[in-house]
Amino acid sequence: MRKKNIAILTVLSTLAIALSGCSGDKTANPSSTSEQTTGAEANGADSKADASKDSKARTDEEKNATLTVGIPQDLDGLDPHIVKAAGTREVLFNVYEGLVKPDSEGNINPAVASEYKVSEDGKTYTFTIRDGVKFHNDAVVTADDVVFSLNRYKETGASIFENVKSIEKADDKTVKIELNEANSEFITYMTVAIMPKDYKLADSMPVGTGPYKYVSRSPQENVVLEKFDDYWDADNAAHIGHVVFKIESNPDSVVMDLEGGSIDMFARVTSTQEAQLSKENFETYKGSMNLVQALYLNNESKPFNDVKVRQALCYAVDPSEIMSFVSDGEGYEVGSAMFPAFKKYFMEELNDVYKKDTDKAKKLLKEAGYPNGFSFTITVPSNYTQHVDTAEVIAEELKEIGVTAKIQQVEWNTWLENVYNGRKFESTVVGIDASTLNASSLLARYQSDSSGNFINFKNDDFDKKFKEALATVDDDKQTSAYKECEKILAQQAASVYIQDLPSFVVLNKKFTGYQFYPLYAQDIAKIRLAN
Amino acid sequence: MKYILKKTLMMLITLIVVSMLVFLAFNIIPGDPAARRLGTEATPQQLAALRKEMGLTDPLFVRYIRWATGFIHGDLGQSYSYGSVSKLLIDKIPITISMALMAFLIMVVVSIPLGIFTARHQGSVVDHVLLVVDQVVMAIPPFFSGILLTLIFGLTFRLFVPGSFVSWKTDMRGFISYLIFPAIAVALPKIAMSVKLLRGSVIEEMRKDYTRTAYSRGNTVRGVLYLHVLKNALIPVITFMGMALADMVSGSIVIEQVFSIPGLGRMLLVSINNRDYPVVQAIIMGVAILVMIVNWMVDIIYRIIDPRIESL
Repeated sequence: MRKKNIAILTVLSTLAIALSGCSGDKTANPSSTSEQTTGAEANGADSKADASKDSKARTDEEKNATLTVGIPQDLDGLDPHIVKAAGTREVLFNVYEGLVKPDSEGNINPAVASEYKVSEDGKTYTFTIRDGVKFHNDAVVTADDVVFSLNRYKETGASIFENVKSIEKADDKTVKIELNEANSEFITYMTVAIMPKDYKLADSMPVGTGPYKYVSRSPQENVVLEKFDDYWDADNAAHIGHVVFKIESNPDSVVMDLEGGSIDMFARVTSTQEAQLSKENFETYKGSMNLVQALYLNNESKPFNDVKVRQALCYAVDPSEIMSFVSDGEGYEVGSAMFPAFKKYFMEELNDVYKKDTDKAKKLLKEAGYPNGFSFTITVPSNYTQHVDTAEVIAEELKEIGVTAKIQQVEWNTWLENVYNGRKFESTVVGIDASTLNASSLLARYQSDSSGNFINFKNDDFDKKFKEALATVDDDKQTSAYKECEKILAQQAASVYIQDLPSFVVLNKKFTGYQFYPLYAQDIAKIRLAN
Repeated sequence: MKYILKKTLMMLITLIVVSMLVFLAFNIIPGDPAARRLGTEATPQQLAALRKEMGLTDPLFVRYIRWATGFIHGDLGQSYSYGSVSKLLIDKIPITISMALMAFLIMVVVSIPLGIFTARHQGSVVDHVLLVVDQVVMAIPPFFSGILLTLIFGLTFRLFVPGSFVSWKTDMRGFISYLIFPAIAVALPKIAMSVKLLRGSVIEEMRKDYTRTAYSRGNTVRGVLYLHVLKNALIPVITFMGMALADMVSGSIVIEQVFSIPGLGRMLLVSINNRDYPVVQAIIMGVAILVMIVNWMVDIIYRIIDPRIESL
């Protein structure tokens, strides 16, 4: 009896020692890594063998495959006309399509519409519905569905539709949209999801025309999609049969779950997480987050109402220093409110308007009446590590010119209420993204009367140029007007523009083909099995 | 009868106070659910319209009464992002309760024998070593032991795949086996505490007069222990275990995060973040009710074990 007890005891105590000996190090685990490697190799060999067979077998294999994508938060709803979160839009991108659809290059291509015509005066848009586009419920898309969907979206109060005079069905295959005023960017908004006419279950059972159809959803657990076999575009049809978007609400378990195999893909991992992953099993796709990260200054609060003070900060802050601290030197410098993915509008030369120059910064501060510097608060949403880190580097950099920055971390809701909607702040570090594929989604907020102008920027030249850009139908003129706008923002130092943050997407090597989009979209149809 | 009536009344008052506190708390902390939902692209008009639709424009008191009436009628209201709260919770409750019950079972099965064992072998080497181990385990919080368990059994021995939670609807066995490790993590510190408690309690009872009398009547050690001492020694342990069960349900908030389990705890956290008041209120009320029911049950069991405990 005694002996037995002692044996149990020894086991227990060794267990205790083992428990206390293991630190929380998540990566150091050579045995498991090697085990997985052999698994992956075996898999690789399998698929190689398959590749030699006919493509039919491969298609079947892909159809039976399941891709599990980790997403950081649950969808805020399923109704495409109501949901707001970028994280929801990127999932629904696979289920819904509009008359037109963006591609990874940033072009707008016809989708549910096979073509569209714009009248001479830019006020009438005529869309021809593509033949044989099917909804996931097997119904064929008609002009009625399109008119219904656009009107439904209009009723949510979308601001772009204030300019729409009428949406009419011309015949079964044609829809005509009349605008009050010409707006050359109107077409970029026609990505509005098309759903069947009078469809009532949009918030619980989405039905669209995309390459994937909705299967089920469990709150805070997952969203399940399945390949849509009757997708209209054979060239861009989905490969992988089953897709599960799994909610990974705990960022600390992302690496563990990827290594353990419960998720195959995760977009936007941090550079630290990326470094922890085994290179044998995971491919990292490097792109950018497509946002403008800046130290946004409240142009109405003192001393930022003085352009010289704002410029002084621009001279004192060096984006490359921030990048090397925050993301190991990855990232794309920006000098105005435009990120590089918008190739047409991005002006690289604006990055050099303010080269780091502490003497110049000090001189400007002196001229503005702050020879001994001043102190101010940076309010940062605490859930965004990159922005918090950036604020810390900025605070260090500003010390060199005698300016003291206090960092105040706030919860996201507080940020929304006080900073964004209430405009009660001195400065903040965040990233601003574009919801549609056009320049005004980034620039419109700087108009002095815009509801999104949370930094209270006010400049008559800007307002004039921006209106000019919107009104013109001529593409070149418009582009140059937008570029003028960007220049004004840089020269007026509306804020301290920093960078477009790098984005790391990790994908298990069993799969391949991830593509970045210039806006929030995870195009799962592009992903296929690796061979 | 009077006793039960009194208890029920107390329960009701506590519930009302809890519900009011939750309501009040949300009124104080910053964050507007409408703004949260519409994000950075909302126009002031849209915000105002949504606030009205969510019923946020009414005074606090009116909202409270409206919610309370609904609650009494069994209508938990509508979540801001998931539709019916009742439907949502029916999905989530089994997950958290299963985990808590498993943890409770593990605790009972492990700690009672272990507690008696250490008490019987008081002062021996085994007892000393066990006490040290006990102390260490007690000090490790569940979230940390959870990480260790994942590391050891998930990533090294591959007994389970971290984060591969499956719903009981699709795979009952997978569901149970995934919950074993989180249940162990939750149970560990509670086991340590109840072992210590039981050990102390048994030793104390062993010193009492009635024990000596029992011995003098010719009972064996075993007989005295199981027939006389244990009955008395278990009373404080049962109180503790009852509270531990309630604690395990509320403690799931943390452990569900560690093991990526989409249960009540995660739902609560996310809903607080999203300012999804109806869900938060429902969950907190649910937990409060559960705690009270457990307390009530503890009282009843008390009386069965020791009829001397009268209505106090």
